[in-house]
Formats: sequence, C-alpha cells, structure tokens
Amino acid sequence: MKALGKHREIWLGLAILLLLVIVTARFPRFAQPQNLLTIFNDTSILMMLALGQMLVILTRSIDLSMAANLALTGMIVAMTNAAFPGVPVPLLMAMCVVIGAGLGAFNGVLVWKLSIPPIVVTLGTLTIYRGLVFVISNGAWVNAAQMSSDFINLQRTVFLGLPLLSWFAIVAAVLFWLLMTRTPLGRSFYAIGVNPTASVYTGINVGRTKFMAFTIAGAMAGLCGYLWVSRYVIASTEVASGYELTIIAACVIGGVSIAGGIGTVGGVLLGAIFLGVINNALPVINISPFWQMAISGSAILLAVVLNARGEKRKGRIILKKAEAV
Amino acid sequence: MTDTTATPRRLPNRLDNPFKSTVLSWEGLLVLVAVAIFILNSFASPYFLNEWSLSDMTFNFTEKALIALAMALLIISGEIDLSVAAIIALASTLMGWALQFGADTPVLVAIGVGTGIACGAFNGFLVTGLKLPSIVVTIGTMSLFRGISFIILGDQSFKGYPPSFSWFGQGYVWWVISFELVLFLVCAAVYFVLLQRTNFGRRVYAIGNNDVAAEFSGVRVARTKFVLFCLTGLMSGMAAVLLTARLGSTRPSIAEGWELEAITMVVLGGVSILGGAGTIVGVVLAALIMGLVTFGLGLLNVPGIVMSIFIGALLILVIALPILWRMWRQRTAVRSA
Repeated sequence: MKALGKHREIWLGLAILLLLVIVTARFPRFAQPQNLLTIFNDTSILMMLALGQMLVILTRSIDLSMAANLALTGMIVAMTNAAFPGVPVPLLMAMCVVIGAGLGAFNGVLVWKLSIPPIVVTLGTLTIYRGLVFVISNGAWVNAAQMSSDFINLQRTVFLGLPLLSWFAIVAAVLFWLLMTRTPLGRSFYAIGVNPTASVYTGINVGRTKFMAFTIAGAMAGLCGYLWVSRYVIASTEVASGYELTIIAACVIGGVSIAGGIGTVGGVLLGAIFLGVINNALPVINISPFWQMAISGSAILLAVVLNARGEKRKGRIILKKAEAV
Repeated sequence: MTDTTATPRRLPNRLDNPFKSTVLSWEGLLVLVAVAIFILNSFASPYFLNEWSLSDMTFNFTEKALIALAMALLIISGEIDLSVAAIIALASTLMGWALQFGADTPVLVAIGVGTGIACGAFNGFLVTGLKLPSIVVTIGTMSLFRGISFIILGDQSFKGYPPSFSWFGQGYVWWVISFELVLFLVCAAVYFVLLQRTNFGRRVYAIGNNDVAAEFSGVRVARTKFVLFCLTGLMSGMAAVLLTARLGSTRPSIAEGWELEAITMVVLGGVSILGGAGTIVGVVLAALIMGLVTFGLGLLNVPGIVMSIFIGALLILVIALPILWRMWRQRTAVRSA
C-alpha cells in the first residue's frame, strides 16, 4: 500500500493504458496516434486549470470559483473582440491573464487578510463572478459571427504537428514543473500544506503564499477563459458551468491530497488525461454523454479512497486544530 | 502598591444589561436586519404588504431552510455537505421514476424521504467509516447523485404528479398558512430542542470544538457525525418532496446551486464555518432574511442570476464584516493604549 502511494503516477499511467487497451480492443481506431493527439488537445484546458487548482489545494485551500472566473474572463474578452476586432489576439490573451489573476487575487486577499475559509470565499465569488457574466452581457451570447477570425483560429494554428492549444498546455506544464521543483515559492506551497506552523517558523508567510496560489490559479483560469471561448466559439453565462468540480476531480484523481501538501505536476496531468480519455471514449463505445457526471463523481470518490489509504499518517489530527488558526 | 492589593480589580458586570447584550448578539442584529428589509420592501413595492404576497414569500425559503436546519448541525460538528442539492435531484428523479409505475402519494413520499436518508447515510459512511474529508466526499457524491439523475432522465422530464401529492408543495393548512411553512416551523422547533436542549446537541458542539477531546470524553464522534449526515439527507429528501410537489415536474437540473444557498443561510445565521458555534434561532432568522431579500428583489423584477450576486456578496460580507470590525477595534485599542 505504501508503494502505491509513492508510485501513484505509475499506477495512474497504467490505469490510463488499461482504459485505452479496453476501448481499443473493441474499436481499434481509438488508439491511433492522431486520435490520441486529439484527446490531448481536448484535455489541454482541463490540464491547465487543474495545475492552477493544484497550487491552491496544496496550501490546504480550495478554489470553487475557477470555472466562473473562466466564464467571466471569457465573456469580457469575447465582448472586447466583438467590439474592437482590431485589437491583436496576444494583447487580448495578456488581458485575460491579468483579469483572471485579479479575480483570483480577490479570493486570495479575502483568504489572506481576513482569514475567511477558502471554501466560503470561493462559494461566494463563484456566484458573484457567474452573476457578473450575466450582468455585463445582459444574458446575451457572443457567437462565431461576432468574433474575428484571428481570435478563433490562433489556438488552432498547427506548430510542429500540434495545435497551439496543446503547446500552451505543454509550456504551462513545464513552467509549473519548474515552479514546483526549482523555486522557493513552489517549495513553500508544499511546506505550508504539510505543516503551516512549522512553515511560519521557517520564515514563510503562509497567508501571502496562499494569496499567490489563488492569484496564479486565477491567471490560469483567465487564460483558459480565452482558450475556452475561442475553442467552442461561444461565450455565454453558462460557459463551463459546473466545471469547477471536473477541475477538482482531475486534481484528486491525480493524487493531490485535499488535506494539502501532497501532489505533483505529473500526477495532475495524468489525472486530467484520465478524465479526457473517459470523456472521449464514452461516445466511441456508445454510452450517452449523460453518464459523464456520474462517472467523474465515482472517479473522485474512488480516487479519494485510494489517496486516503496511501497517505494515512497518524498524529497529524491532533496538530490540526492548533494549526487551523 | 498596597492599594492595588487591597481593592481587588473590578470585573465588568455583563449580567445587568440583558437588553444591550440581546441587541448586540448576532441574533439581535439579524432581527434588526430582517425588520429593516421588511420595511424597505414595503416601501419598494405596493404589492408587498398583502397576506398572500407574504405567504408566497415563505415559499422562497422554506425548502432551502429545511436543509439549512440540518446543515447547521453538520457544520457546527465541523463537517459539511455539498451534495444536498444533488440529493434533491436524485430523490425527485426516483419519485418521478416510481410515478411511471403508478406509485401513489404515500409511496412517492416514502421514496423521496428514503432516498434522502440513504444518500445521507452513504455520505456519512464515507466520511466516518472510511475517515475521508467531507468536502471532497460530498463534491464527489454531488456529481454522482446528480449524475445518476442525468443517466435516468437525460434531457427528459417526469410530469403528472397526482393532486394529493402536489398538496405537499402547494396546499394550505389554514388561510394563507401553507403546509410548507407549518412543516418548516415544526422542524425548526424540533431542531432547536435537539441542538440546544438535549445531550445530543451538546455533543455536537463538543465535537465541533475539539473532536479529539470529545472522543476522549466518551462522545462517539463517528456515530454522531453519521447521524448528522443522515439527518441532512433526510431534510434534503423532505425538501425534494416539497419542491417536486410545488413544481409538478422533475428535471435533472432541479435545485441546482441550492447547496450554496443552504450554506449561506447557515453562515449568515451565525454558525461558525470552522465548527463549534451557532444557534438554530440564528439560522431561522437568516432564512427569513434571505427569503425577504430574494422576494423583494423579485418584486423589483431583478433576474434570479443577479439575485445570486447579492447572495454571494451577502455570504462574504457577513463573514468579513465582523472580522474587519474586530481588526479595526484592535487597531484603535492599540492606538489609544
């Protein structure tokens, strides 16, 4: 059991392979390289969001507002594009990152300065952000006809055999890996998740680190706001509704402990790919897409049961109350 | 030197001013807010002060408030249940499914309430039996329960509930007093007694303040929490019966987002999200306030999703303001000292 906890990425990789083998046994075309690349591209947005969420969960917090942040930023950028088609897309993307980071920072400030529990903060901002989408758009949609062709096509541009969307995910994964393993900030995310009290004594500002996690997660959600809207070529109030749970599911399946301090970039990527493979396999093996929700729910439960077995550590519970300040 | 030892330091007497302490308590504040919103509403709309309007207003919050009663106990004990709205969806779907086989009203109600208890027990087992964090467990069961509804219903809906069933959501016991309101008041009384007048209630507080200490003092922490999850499931099942009866149809998206509103009621009612503190009176008042706010905004033709902004902001403000107030007072205290 201990080995399973240590080599979770390997086990998860095997589970994904098994899944691929089962589906491919019945539908040989499923495992063709081109289809696998499509699945990767389909999962890119989820991977990027899950990486952001990972930082937050590592610090013993949770961000339920990411999907609403994505929808709000997506709506703002789509409306900007519809109103001023001349604005270059890279500038719009930078705008998305800034807006998203701002929305994330708002969560972060409430958690840092006012010490409000993250789940309450983000439940609140989830409804506020989602409501604001309706307010700024007046409930209307921005559709393909209103978007400029650059806006729609940028992420579809193929570079070295892969669409840019996939490259975004790859670059994000590399940057996150560097952040988590090579920078003091990355290490402090782990440190305050494992033991906030000890982190204070080592000179880490716990609140500020949480703030950074929320801000980075928000920036990812903002960037994904553009990617989502231009990928599905629609911006509406309902965009990515309920997706916050899928993001958390990818993290939990990827081995991120909800109690904080445990989780890796590789695990999260595999967790997202696992969900991506399932979602792409369902229509292939002729199961109604209405099964998706129940399947990801079961996957979360299964993963959290397995996680708990892998990370059982006695003695931590007694310290918990003292650290909860 | 001798003076200070001769005259003992006077302790402030907090007992001789019950009026001040009542007004300054959270519940007192909630009463003032409720009265203020009531007055604002009656100025804002000429249709507000009418016995039927007020009766309609109660439908705005009774179902969610039923869940909030049990959720309050659960949050006081240090756990949370995000799956309550999904339980409503599943219970409602199974009732509609049974209806297709000609089930009559008592069977439908039994199925609704039974599904609720079963879902609650499932949550309770995962949290207490397998020792998993309730946030993740109920996020998981939230998509599992609603996911099952989607599997059964897809994009369809169940309709055609019998009139005797609809009475639960649309009927009036006497004059403008609806069955929903009576049920809510009875449940509120039961939960008040349970939490604030029984050993069980004391144990819930003890667990929320320090579950390790509670365990060592002989409280069966796991069993108590399991019961609380079952109670939350039961109340969600009852809410499912009322809501399904009131709407007369079931879709898988029924009651979406209600977990947020139930939790907002609980937190607005003064229950600490970290557990260990809170009262039923506060939760009932908070439910009333949310009913008044949403009904008043509704009379002003504010769309539902804009109302949700107010509710989200209310949730954050209610928690942030006391913290800001405390910080501000500490700062001024330091300055004057």
